[in-house]
Amino acid sequence: MPVAEYINFMLERMDDIIVLTGQHIQLSFIAIVVAIAIGVPLGILMTRFPSISSFILGLANAVQAIPSLAFLGFLVPIFGIGSTPSIVMVSAYALLPIVKNTYTGLTGIDKAIVEAGLGMGMTEQQLMTMVRIPMALPVIMAGVRIAVVMAVGFTTLAALIGAGGLGQLIYRGISMVNNRMIVAGAVPAMILALAIDKIFSFLEKAVTPRGIR
Amino acid sequence: MIRFENVTKKYGDTEIIKGISLEIKDSEFVVLIGPSGCGKTTCLKMINRLIEPTSGRIYINDKDISEMDVIELRRNIGYVIQQIGLFPHMTVRQNIELVPLLKKWPREKRAERVKELLDLVGMPPEKFMDRYPTELSGGQKQRIGVARALAADPDIILMDEPFSAIDPIARTQLQDELYELQQKLHKTIVFVTHDIDEALKLADRICIMKEGTVVQFDTPEAILRNPADDFVENLIGKKRIWKQPEYVTAGDIMITNPVKALPSRTLAQAVEIMSESGVDSILVVDKENRLLGIVTAEDIRSHRDKAKKLEEIYTSNVFTVKPDVSILNVLRLMSQKNIGYVPVVDENNVLKGLITRSTLVNLLGGN
Ligand SMILES: Nc1ncnc2c1ncn2[C@@H]1O[C@H](COP(=O)(O)OP(=O)(O)OP(=O)(O)O)[C@@H](O)[C@H]1O
Ligand SMILES: [Mg+2]
Repeated sequence: MPVAEYINFMLERMDDIIVLTGQHIQLSFIAIVVAIAIGVPLGILMTRFPSISSFILGLANAVQAIPSLAFLGFLVPIFGIGSTPSIVMVSAYALLPIVKNTYTGLTGIDKAIVEAGLGMGMTEQQLMTMVRIPMALPVIMAGVRIAVVMAVGFTTLAALIGAGGLGQLIYRGISMVNNRMIVAGAVPAMILALAIDKIFSFLEKAVTPRGIR
Repeated sequence: MIRFENVTKKYGDTEIIKGISLEIKDSEFVVLIGPSGCGKTTCLKMINRLIEPTSGRIYINDKDISEMDVIELRRNIGYVIQQIGLFPHMTVRQNIELVPLLKKWPREKRAERVKELLDLVGMPPEKFMDRYPTELSGGQKQRIGVARALAADPDIILMDEPFSAIDPIARTQLQDELYELQQKLHKTIVFVTHDIDEALKLADRICIMKEGTVVQFDTPEAILRNPADDFVENLIGKKRIWKQPEYVTAGDIMITNPVKALPSRTLAQAVEIMSESGVDSILVVDKENRLLGIVTAEDIRSHRDKAKKLEEIYTSNVFTVKPDVSILNVLRLMSQKNIGYVPVVDENNVLKGLITRSTLVNLLGGN
């Protein structure tokens, strides 16, 4: 019974899997935090300087188009091996959905609303913090959600440069031609991605102000 | 006092506002009216500097607004806009207290003000304070819009078609409320509308605009009595009957496409035409559209041979009026002669239109 075999294998390696999952979460989490810390302010900045917005979006798009293995290869000489290049790569990929959604969320607000704010005497900054950001929050969160799911996927590459994570089981499985080992890495990675997607979909609802739900 | 001095606005090469000079007095309710695109909103937004004029100056209390701090200026002018001016992510309370918050009023004073204003616009604070705009009807939203504009007690309030998206019954009520409010508060209000009824009802003075110019700026009575030109006359058109029936002519109110037929039509055809158009009489005209007479459904019923032609049966001695006759005379004619229809013809007897009892009834009913 092959399914039972796979399950048995996973149960035997449970300790390993848990440790690697922990690493995986940690790596993706740090990458996402970095991506948010860069992406959201960048998106806000773009609303102030619309002339640079298409340049930045283009750049983020271009980064996304770099094949991930090649990207990682470029980063190793700069950052060495370990978790740093992995985090750099994953945050670079996660940047696009965050920047894009932040920018479109902030600029997509009804002109009448913006006008009402200005007409009542809000400064640009007050308009940003009191109107634009709260109203754009659901859109920004939707971008973060896409980015997080992507990050969990890309983090499997981290194992290639010795940063650990669930990718380790997968690559070991590939080199040993051991399907059970591949599955033991892939299934938890999938479950992790789905679970995180679910959690963020709740968060997305939670940050949506009641009046615009 | 708000004063425009030779104000123009250009977008590229097109001049949207063509040198407007006018003066709005303190506590005056001024309504800007005119066709879509004539520059009403532009004028309004130049007062709170959401739009800057290309040339000319605007003064508030003799101070050039272009030299004032724009944020300060706006916080001291109430602003109500069409439809969705409320912030959807803020409660009624947060919306209303926004300008006081920007002006850094202490919390207790803001809370008190919110209650006061909700009472003022007839919405019980306990019930509505914590609702979101989506949880309000259109009329309630506009009341909150007005309350919000009043929040910091500004002297000037700008309103851009505040009631245009609201159903007619609620609109009438809001207009009445605004009127009463103004009797109490004596604000200087600049109010934009498309609706001449609204303008006549609310305004101390009406500023009629056309293609970026002011055509006439006067009290409703003066405008009704002495429209400056054909454009104004057209705009106020049928409304004159309300206040100045002697100035309304047959031409203003007649139906311009009455049901008519050539005399060569058979009675059967005439019946068909009448029932199609839902009328009970038909005007008989020749090929040059000159009026020959009238045939009613009753006339036709009394003839059994429906193959007969209209020319054989029509009544030719019809009372008619010229287009420039006052409707008072038309009314008198109708009641004296006990007739329900009066065709309107020009000096060559060419049919221009028709006045029926129901035209008059509708008109008096305000349609
Ligand atoms: N940013 C702009 N660029 C170019 N043209 C503009 C701009 N804003 C307004 N216009 C033009 O200026 C004219 C006046 O606009 P405005 O909004 O003042 O009209 P309005 O009288 O308020 O019309 P409505 O009754 O439809 O609201 C219109 O023809 C409009 O197309
Ligand atoms: Mg307008």
